[in-house]
Amino acid sequence: MSMFQSLMGWVDARFPATKMFEEHMSKYYAPKNFNFWYFFGSLAMLVLVNQLLTGIWLTMMYNPSGEGAFASVELNIMRDVEYGWLIRYLHSTGASAFFAVVYLHMFRGMMYGSYRAPRELVWIFGMLIYLALMAEGFMGYLLPWGQMSYWGAQVIISLFGAIPYVGEALMEWIRGDYLLSGITLNRFFALHVVALPIVILALVVLHIIALHEVGSNNPDGIEIKKLKDENGVPLDGIPFHPYYSVHDIVGVVVFLAVFLTVVFFFPDGGGYLLEKPNFEPANPLKTPDHIAPVWYFTPFYAILRAVPDKLLGVIAMGAAIAILFVLPWLDRSPVKSIRYKGIISKVTLMLFAVNFVILGICGVKQPDLHVEFLPFEMTYRALGQIGTAYYFAYFILMPFWTPIEKCKPVPARVRMGH
Amino acid sequence: MSSSGVNEGRRRFLIGATSAVGAVGAGFAAVPFVQSWQPSAKAKTAGAPVVADISKLEVGQRMTVEWRGRPVWILRRTPEAMASLKKIEGELRDPLSNESNQPEYTKNEARARTETSDIIVLIGICTHLGCSPLYRPEVAAADLGADWLGGFFCPCHGSKFDFSGRVFKSVPAPTNLDVPPYYFMSDTLIKIGEDGEAA
Repeated sequence: MSMFQSLMGWVDARFPATKMFEEHMSKYYAPKNFNFWYFFGSLAMLVLVNQLLTGIWLTMMYNPSGEGAFASVELNIMRDVEYGWLIRYLHSTGASAFFAVVYLHMFRGMMYGSYRAPRELVWIFGMLIYLALMAEGFMGYLLPWGQMSYWGAQVIISLFGAIPYVGEALMEWIRGDYLLSGITLNRFFALHVVALPIVILALVVLHIIALHEVGSNNPDGIEIKKLKDENGVPLDGIPFHPYYSVHDIVGVVVFLAVFLTVVFFFPDGGGYLLEKPNFEPANPLKTPDHIAPVWYFTPFYAILRAVPDKLLGVIAMGAAIAILFVLPWLDRSPVKSIRYKGIISKVTLMLFAVNFVILGICGVKQPDLHVEFLPFEMTYRALGQIGTAYYFAYFILMPFWTPIEKCKPVPARVRMGH
Repeated sequence: MSSSGVNEGRRRFLIGATSAVGAVGAGFAAVPFVQSWQPSAKAKTAGAPVVADISKLEVGQRMTVEWRGRPVWILRRTPEAMASLKKIEGELRDPLSNESNQPEYTKNEARARTETSDIIVLIGICTHLGCSPLYRPEVAAADLGADWLGGFFCPCHGSKFDFSGRVFKSVPAPTNLDVPPYYFMSDTLIKIGEDGEAA
């Protein structure tokens, strides 16, 4: 017996190392027909590691106080610390990349019905990760203590003020002060670097355990576990390791090429990844001309602004996220994948994706401006209202069209070459 | 099951009782964590109400005090200023202050306590972008037009407000100037930051 084998034997008698590796890697059978869209789960893990690593390093150089935060970012990290700029840009660009890959990952799930039974909990854990990620992104954005950090947080915290009776007291409790101050910055720092990362890591573990319990879906929406060979291995499955672990490296290389191009050449993303007013220190007495959240929040910000009443707007924004949680029970189609669904599902899903982007644009623009890319006169407010209506209609009407539309027959085995 | 000598009812009761006690304990244990998020003693001191002495405030004059890092104006309005409030109602965006921030007892035309309606207390921060507007009481000021009856003018982006801090139409500021909570401790002392008992 080799030394490695005897060592593993010693370990395995005390800790299920080989068993876990087999369960989650070498004997985890993933469908062989994964396509491009299946890179984004692995990429989300990669970005998570990037955020943790660069985040830990940033805490070594950052000063979480109202007096010192801005200077510690713009002077210490960006100018004085060796490679501080790179670590910060990896982290700030990583935040945007995280949302980009998560949005694509979620869209993949919507396309191929990955949320359908028995994967409802995989979807729900994923949604919880998304929710925690939004909180993480929001709190992280306050830390540079620039003007947009300050006023963006001001706007979001003031949303709680819309809650009747307890709103004002709740805002005071969140801020720990009568205005957004260094006290707020301190607690957001604690939540951003300790509490929420623990929550996100725990949820990622739950997401993957749930996924590996039921097995991965695939572009055909076929349960590969239904057809197994004499050894109990799914006929259409291949071991995750080495097939997909190696395969995903290709995705990682392409992703890093794009990601690092942004990090090195466009770290502020033209004002969309790092907004321009954030190069000015936070000033409670001076509001920037135009407050817009970072791009990954803008679709929901557009929904918030589409409703003229503040409280109802907050409710609409909350509902827009909440309704995603119940998606597994709204889709009542006999098939999972968009490949076999009817024309209504295909068209409405494509429109949903386009609409989400349009809502994102509406969330960036001043609501009274006219939409430049339309041939007729319309304000961004009106466009946002139409987008909001479509967003909700898509989900609310789904239980009605999905059972009745004409679907194609699903083959027994997965198809390759699509 | 009962043949094995296990008293299921008692077991359920004990599980229920210990769980309930545990839940209450967890609730109490959460109190210090939740309460520690309230404004600290230092934050409370910095945000405490301020007292303004208006004994020397003459009719038509304005004074400024600071409360929670923001300028607060106290203005003793002239009868002419009070009379102007009604005349310009049609030119205002939110004449009844439905969309604006003020204590309930100042939600009126004067935006002041009714028994002392000539004295107004306002937060001197433009609701547009946070500049501090200027006090411009002079009627028909040259730069503000012949029909200007007096009020406040924000030099940053040209927002106009009347003597009650109510915003005019077609200026950038979305709402009227905020009114902080306040009450009269005596004829000459105003406490800003508290509603007082009469609220």
